[in-house]
Amino acid sequence: MSDRPDRLAATFTRLRSADEVGLFPYLTAGFPDRATCRDLLDTMALSGADGLELGLPFSDPLADGATLQRANAHALGQGVVLADAFELAASVRERHALPIVLMSYLNPLFAHGLQRLAQDAAAAGVDGIIVPDLPFEESMPFERACTAAGVHLIRMVAPTTGAERLTAIGARASGFVYCVALVGTTGARPALAPELPRFLAAARRAIQTPLVVGFGISTPGHVAALVGHADGAIVASALADLIERTDARELLPTVADFVRELKAATRPSSPLPTH
Amino acid sequence: MTGAFKAAGALTDTGPDVPVGEATARPGYFGEFGGQFVPEVLMPALQELEVGYSAAQMDAKFQAEYARLARSFSGRPTPLYEALRLSDALGLRVFLKREDLAHTGAHKINNALGQAMLAARMGKRRVIAETGAGQHGVATATACAMLGLECVVYMGADDVLRQALNVERMRLLGAEVRIVDSGTRTLKDAINEAMRDWVTSPRTTFYVLGSAVGPHPYPTLVRDFQAVIGREARSQLLDETGRLPEAVVACVGGGSNAIGIFAPFVDDASVRLVGIEAGGRGRGTGEHAATLVAGQVGVLHGARSFVLQDKHGQIVGTHSVSAGLDYPGVGPEHSHLKGSGRAEYVAVDDEAALAAFRQLSRLEGIIPALEPAHALAYLPKLATRLGPGALVVVNLSGRGDKDLATYREATGDEQ
Repeated sequence: MSDRPDRLAATFTRLRSADEVGLFPYLTAGFPDRATCRDLLDTMALSGADGLELGLPFSDPLADGATLQRANAHALGQGVVLADAFELAASVRERHALPIVLMSYLNPLFAHGLQRLAQDAAAAGVDGIIVPDLPFEESMPFERACTAAGVHLIRMVAPTTGAERLTAIGARASGFVYCVALVGTTGARPALAPELPRFLAAARRAIQTPLVVGFGISTPGHVAALVGHADGAIVASALADLIERTDARELLPTVADFVRELKAATRPSSPLPTH
Repeated sequence: MTGAFKAAGALTDTGPDVPVGEATARPGYFGEFGGQFVPEVLMPALQELEVGYSAAQMDAKFQAEYARLARSFSGRPTPLYEALRLSDALGLRVFLKREDLAHTGAHKINNALGQAMLAARMGKRRVIAETGAGQHGVATATACAMLGLECVVYMGADDVLRQALNVERMRLLGAEVRIVDSGTRTLKDAINEAMRDWVTSPRTTFYVLGSAVGPHPYPTLVRDFQAVIGREARSQLLDETGRLPEAVVACVGGGSNAIGIFAPFVDDASVRLVGIEAGGRGRGTGEHAATLVAGQVGVLHGARSFVLQDKHGQIVGTHSVSAGLDYPGVGPEHSHLKGSGRAEYVAVDDEAALAAFRQLSRLEGIIPALEPAHALAYLPKLATRLGPGALVVVNLSGRGDKDLATYREATGDEQ
């Protein structure tokens, strides 16, 4: 690693000492448009988000459900490219110290050149990169590029990942490990998967690095249920759904309220919301 | 073979710090192409498939049953037919490998039957598949009906319209056809939806992938089940003429029929292997599906291979008059055969394919599918290159009944 500050490590240290779950809202870069996206990221950072996840839109997002497919297509329709994502990240970084994680399918990163990608991400103030279609076995060259640039390559585990594999992935984990909360695609769900506690317990046994849970985390109640089981929660589709159905004039305060509600649920003493 | 095995790291552009050859020991790579670029949730399912396939390969009972069904259900071996009138017209000696005569009307049954049997052997009672032209969907629905498996087929909305006959066949065979309205509404997005289904149900569902694309072990598995085409053709030709051909020609979308007929000829250095891609409305228009001819290396649908993409790495829309070739990716083994120079790939446009469709119908009494019509359309050029009387085998990968409406619409030909 370089001498860059490790904002992810600092954030999880702070969260652990307070017994809190970190809240990581996700937005597709350029959704619903570039300027609003920037304002939303800023609003979320000011409303209690512990970190931000920024997604680069892709033409073929095969791990995503209907909501994020629409967000991807919508952003691509406006010509959003990697440079826009970096610009958004850099503009957040100018005003905020919270960690920023870039999420992208592999091909757009590959087209940019992986070494250059890692360097440009670091320069934009990005702390980690999540690549949902780059499994452990294929990841070593990119891991080296990320490490050299001082960026964490965030690894993913799923409920289908066996114990041995959890250990192997945990041994190379950096920043945090993204725990896919369900067997399926992204998308808001009414309830958490029943197998989630057992999966997180198995991940905890095998992995020392902080665990951040995503896919289907939709309500403050879902977030509250993770307290004591994980170090962070990613909320993506539920937020995109809210953005889609909210009038433009009400958008920033509405999103700010939602993020505050979610964050309130990350504290152990918080009363359990009813939804 | 320069370049064939040198850059074996999965992602080779990270600079000199990446040890060359790191990934060579890993299975599932053809030179620098292939791999397993899928969400983590599917990795255990792919590993289970690898293990299940190896076990089936060593299971004499499974192999005997597959051979029995290939013979009595699929109608193998298919004939190798010497097309005399076509040969006269072209100044070549043309043999057609008659996969159009296989059950369900295309080579797709070879692979669909094998994978569906594998699904049953692995205890997966639910099968999903994608389809472009509908031939793989029909073949999978057919195999599932015969084996008593549940079958769901994903098909792009545009393809549902242009291949309506095959949609009706799948439904009659008991399959559920799910229409895909997202993205390009063709094969690419049908594969996306099938992958999303599989991501949701990997423990109970077997994904019968129809082309030699996708993550390892699919490209190998599909090639193995399709290589019967080339093995038969090679021995039939040797029996009939006593020699090997100058060239073997096949159309390439994802590339399953081509890899099936190429594979057994790869070690015959004198035999040219020629893959024909869909040139659509012409390369200059950008409306084509000539992935190997005009694409760049990228990652799509789980494998590193040539891909039609823009400079930002977004996959671009394609066009072909043939639904089965209308795809922006290609099997990784074809990328490797191109890279090593062992096979060559060219493109033929819609118009030439339509003309060849009519020509074979009129000269030989065989209505080809629009996909292999692309292979036939390259023969005049091949004749100039190889000289008169050269011996050529063309994989006639399917029959053309499904394409009559497309042909009429494109040409206005009512006859």
